[in-house]
Amino acid sequence: MAKLNAKTIITNLEKKYADKISGVREEKHNYGLKKKETLTYWFTVDKSIFKSVVSEICELSYPFLSVISGRDDGKNIHLIYHMYISIDPADSPGAKNKEEGLYLSVALPKNNPKIETITDLIPGARISEHEKQEMLGVNVEGIGDEKMFLPEQSGIKCPWTKESLAKQKAQADKDQAKEEATKGDIDA
Amino acid sequence: MHDAYKMFVGPVHPSLEEPIFFDFKIEGEKIVGVNIKPGNAHRGIEALGMQRNPVKVLTLAERVCGICSISHPSTYARAVEIASGIEVPARADYIRTIMCELERIHSHTLWAGLLAHEIGFHSVLHFGMKVREHVMDMLEYVSGNRVNYAMYTFGGVRRDIPKEKHEKLLGAVKYYKDAYDKLYDVFLHDKTIAARTENVGVLSKRNALELCAVGPTARGSGIAKDVRADWPYAAYGDVGVKALTSLPVRGKIVGDVLDRTIVRLMEVKQSAEIIEHCLDQMPSGPIMSIPKIPVMLSKLKSVTGEGMGRQEAPRGELAHYVRFNKNEAMETWKVKAPTYNNLATIAPMIQNMQIADIPVVTSSIDPCIACLDRVALVGEGSKKMGKRPGTLSKYELHDLCIAKSKSLGKIEEGHH
Repeated sequence: MAKLNAKTIITNLEKKYADKISGVREEKHNYGLKKKETLTYWFTVDKSIFKSVVSEICELSYPFLSVISGRDDGKNIHLIYHMYISIDPADSPGAKNKEEGLYLSVALPKNNPKIETITDLIPGARISEHEKQEMLGVNVEGIGDEKMFLPEQSGIKCPWTKESLAKQKAQADKDQAKEEATKGDIDA
Repeated sequence: MHDAYKMFVGPVHPSLEEPIFFDFKIEGEKIVGVNIKPGNAHRGIEALGMQRNPVKVLTLAERVCGICSISHPSTYARAVEIASGIEVPARADYIRTIMCELERIHSHTLWAGLLAHEIGFHSVLHFGMKVREHVMDMLEYVSGNRVNYAMYTFGGVRRDIPKEKHEKLLGAVKYYKDAYDKLYDVFLHDKTIAARTENVGVLSKRNALELCAVGPTARGSGIAKDVRADWPYAAYGDVGVKALTSLPVRGKIVGDVLDRTIVRLMEVKQSAEIIEHCLDQMPSGPIMSIPKIPVMLSKLKSVTGEGMGRQEAPRGELAHYVRFNKNEAMETWKVKAPTYNNLATIAPMIQNMQIADIPVVTSSIDPCIACLDRVALVGEGSKKMGKRPGTLSKYELHDLCIAKSKSLGKIEEGHH
């Protein structure tokens, strides 16, 4: 059976989950003189269908999960699961082992940023999930609360949240001003 | 039957190049489990990047890792170019490709030497270092630096590779094609190396897929996956790169340390061929699309959008995600290094191995903890500045740069 491409997977998901999938965006880029093209689909899923969608993608074409990126907009924490599926060369003439991107985004309310782990489907997600837990305060259910990135004794909590980044920026501005003020001492 | 004991390695240990903590479970000499804990070199580089303008972050990205100081700015620049719609001239794509492949040769030959060091075969370690030295000279010849090359800008590169520099580079290409034969002979026909790498640290294809392994670690287990082939960027689509596995050399894929070694050695030769192709086919034209930094900064300040850059770094897929929201600083910057994926593969590799295999198996993924944790700062710092140890002010760095340039000038004068 020929492997599915990213477009077919997105179409299938849209048919099945209708309005719970939104913001589907196709992104194409090309490089060099031959202008070989790369293709990615960005899309957002409702939290209620998140795990089912990942499970479905795994069944249709087991993806390579590159990383989970995340950001805090003040109201929600947005996670993006950057996945790639390989396309059968027979479906894509001239390609060797071509990949297409599926960037799945899910928003979690900041007052209860809970999400299920996908390590039962993609074990390689563990380190990325732990990072989002430590850096953004996301509660990834099913992976435990072991610290992987921040030293336990440091007392640092969720340094990538909006509030935490604002504090760090204020401190950096202060340091900068102090550094500018002492420049004369160094030159002397 | 033996009772299981715990054995800790790290975070600082003679067999580790960088700090990381391994909690092994052992029965006698046999390893029956491991828990790995990174984080000992974490310095919050992404948070720093989200407080500065994107041009300053280019310098910061280059310092995520000393060995991958082409891969990081390259991938970050691509992410920013995608988010902002900045075009890259074709000539710059070719120069970027050459730099990336010089870095791959440097990284793989360094790794080959370090593997020999882990085995305890120090004459091969020194041979590896000797072979690597030539590419360090070439990196300096093109960029002016052995590390942190400052070649990248959004929309191109900062330095050209003019025709008069091709001859030396082609000399290096020949050197590395020949060196491959010597390295191949040493690593494939030596009984000591075979005893320490054959059937050691096996990673099955299934485990590699499920754990999202990347680079030579994945290809060593038979997954023909390489961003240069599967997601062509820069000039790789023109070159037509093929993902290499050890099958043609060994006739089978075991997924052991030897397979990962073969893949890296084959890639040294492949990199030399890619450089040769790019020098031969390099188009003429500009090397950057926005030469003026203030113009670029002004453009980036008005950007709303996101971009994901990907690259096949020497250790595997590297990714940078950026998001802009009409501000001076980026809203999000996420760096994903190859070790981020490959670290988890150590657990199945080390299962049922001996304690003595730990250094060889862990180094076989070519781990980079600086990349994984993202930047470690070293040095004494400045008491005068009242800084905490390990940090230098920009003025101190500037003074050090001037001193270095002056010292290089003196060396050149000496030659004349």
